[in-house]
Amino acid sequence: MNSSSVRCLPGIFFLVSLAFVTPVVRGQESPYVVTYDHYLEEPGNLEIEYFSTFGTQRAGNDFHAFWAELEYGATAWWTTELYLEGQTTFNESTIFTGYRWENRIRPLKSEHFINPVLYFEYESKNGADKILKEVEGHDVQADFLTPNADARKEHIHEIELKLILSSTVKGWNFSENILPAKNLSNNPWEFGYALGASRPLAMKASATRCSFCPQNFAAGLEMYGGLGDRHSFGLRNTSHYLAPAVAWNLPSGWTLRLSSGFGLNDNSHRFLLRWGVAREISGFGEMVTHMFGGRR
Amino acid sequence: MKESIAALAATAGLLIVSVAFGQQETSPAYKYQGDPRVYADLAKAPEKARAKHNPFETDTQAVAAGQNLFEQHCAECHGNAADGSKKAPSLRAEEVQNAAPGAIFWILTNGVVRRGMPVWSKLPEAQRWQLVTFIESLGPPSPNSIEKKSP
Repeated sequence: MNSSSVRCLPGIFFLVSLAFVTPVVRGQESPYVVTYDHYLEEPGNLEIEYFSTFGTQRAGNDFHAFWAELEYGATAWWTTELYLEGQTTFNESTIFTGYRWENRIRPLKSEHFINPVLYFEYESKNGADKILKEVEGHDVQADFLTPNADARKEHIHEIELKLILSSTVKGWNFSENILPAKNLSNNPWEFGYALGASRPLAMKASATRCSFCPQNFAAGLEMYGGLGDRHSFGLRNTSHYLAPAVAWNLPSGWTLRLSSGFGLNDNSHRFLLRWGVAREISGFGEMVTHMFGGRR
Repeated sequence: MKESIAALAATAGLLIVSVAFGQQETSPAYKYQGDPRVYADLAKAPEKARAKHNPFETDTQAVAAGQNLFEQHCAECHGNAADGSKKAPSLRAEEVQNAAPGAIFWILTNGVVRRGMPVWSKLPEAQRWQLVTFIESLGPPSPNSIEKKSP
């Protein structure tokens, strides 16, 4: 672990402590890891999440990428998120790979058959980023063969836009994400997609509070991949994944997610195992306001 | 390195602005209690939605199930006794208690996004009806809460 990774540790410790000592509220989270639906964070709440991705690498070292996510509901129509990310490549090193700042805005006031959400993200990362939070352009598994020591020298500033379309019909959620992304150092626009379908295991809530009741679980399937760039749009030299996923929303306020992704072609990693843990803190905005002398 | 620090500082600044902005929006200038304007959206429910029948009306388990859901998702803003708080209005008010079950269901489904009430269509339809059943079972405000809130 190098010095920049060590410097991150107090911050991560603080975030985890915050999740334990503050009042929590139970979210009703979808099982998606990559796909976004149209549900935003409740206003004033902060969700602290940690995600891990273990990936197999053809002709190279397997890796474990991880990120912490702070998701804040600024209003009922605007959610903002900060990501801090890193990775360990086995037999190489563990490094901090960058951060990203994401915003999701819901333009329509009420629920419709298809609900659009506009997404804007800025990323500042290095070339060793492996979290695979999205797949875009001609991203292929061979990109990860560059050793960390060399890959981290490349600095990437990128903006990413998404059009999120999501519908909930008879308990099922169907989400489609279309993404254009642009590396700000004179690279062409790149494109990608993510599709997801999910539903809770039971529609009715039980009369007793329970951890293992089926309504606390949601299962789904995601598919995501790249669509080339402005000069060569299409499926050629792109990677694609199919990933069954499950979420467990515990009454104690924790949400656990598990997803196993399978590469659909030779350009994809054969297997991605992802898991995440999240906890939602209620009234975070009020706490911050109070801290700076505001009224509760 | 300097560039990264500047970008991180800008990001932190924007996050603080978003907290402040969000806080401003979720702390309205008027008090929720006793202000009938906050219930105006119930009247906006279309006739078709208003006429919907609550399938859990006679289900004795639905109140308990709805109470669990309320504690998990709603009490944070509407208060543990549903008497309302600075963030959200009382659900024991006569505007809510006299509303058609379909109108309450419609509000749960669509939210009142501009006033800070999120969309709850992520809860399956059955669970939203269980919540409606619980809200309807609440009755008028508890005497303690009226005493507490009166000047």
